[in-house]
Amino acid sequence: MKMDDDSMTTDKPMGFAAQAQSAEAGSQTKSAKANRLDRATRAKLGQQLRAVYDEVVSQGVPNRFTDLLTRLDNEGTQNAH
Amino acid sequence: MRIDDSVRQEILGSVPGLRAFAISLCGNVDRADDLVQEALLRALANIHSFQPGTNMSAWLFTILRNHFRSEYRKRRREVEDADGHYADSLTSHPEQHGQLELTEFREALSKLPEEQREALILVGASGFSYEEAAEICGCAIGTVKSRVNRARTRLAELMAIQGVDDFGPDHTTRAVLVGNQRG
Repeated sequence: MKMDDDSMTTDKPMGFAAQAQSAEAGSQTKSAKANRLDRATRAKLGQQLRAVYDEVVSQGVPNRFTDLLTRLDNEGTQNAH
Repeated sequence: MRIDDSVRQEILGSVPGLRAFAISLCGNVDRADDLVQEALLRALANIHSFQPGTNMSAWLFTILRNHFRSEYRKRRREVEDADGHYADSLTSHPEQHGQLELTEFREALSKLPEEQREALILVGASGFSYEEAAEICGCAIGTVKSRVNRARTRLAELMAIQGVDDFGPDHTTRAVLVGNQRG
């Protein structure tokens, strides 16, 4: 991650400066920052993560995988006799 | 190769999660499905080494992850600009109503360091315990916890939602911050 040094030193409107300083400080103290993520933020991230994941899970099992297992099983049966 | 019905059911039951995990690893659905197929072939070839009664799903995830580490990452480095292609493939989903936020999330997820991303997904989405995730990743439990924490923090940074409630920046400010962080 590369921070734009200029934006960190130039005067900015209040809110921005506070944000920028917060971001800079945070990148230097990762572990302390991890503890600062509030419950709501963590919940939100978790919810989005599961939504992205479940989008794939909800597609179920594509035919190629059931076909694969069936084919392997059939081959095994033929070889066994 | 004879495949017991119970083994077949367990494998098929794990396939949806394996695919979601594989997509998160290699960032491309077709490649992910190839990865899952290769992992299943390896698993079945070594089914004798699976201990009945233990977690089949975790075992399959481990095989898939190791296979990805040993084969796919090499190939990916060789054939493509990993970062660009990965981000593209993850964000190329059609943007349905209400999907914009998830598109942003996917993009942020794709920017995480791989070790953090896999830890976060195993624990936060696949439903594995820290202990199981540690086994799958071949590392200590504390390492998984630390990776998950760092992943969450980084995601929050990337999506510029960290501290939003405290500072209440407008959307433009957030966009500027994200731009700076992506540098």
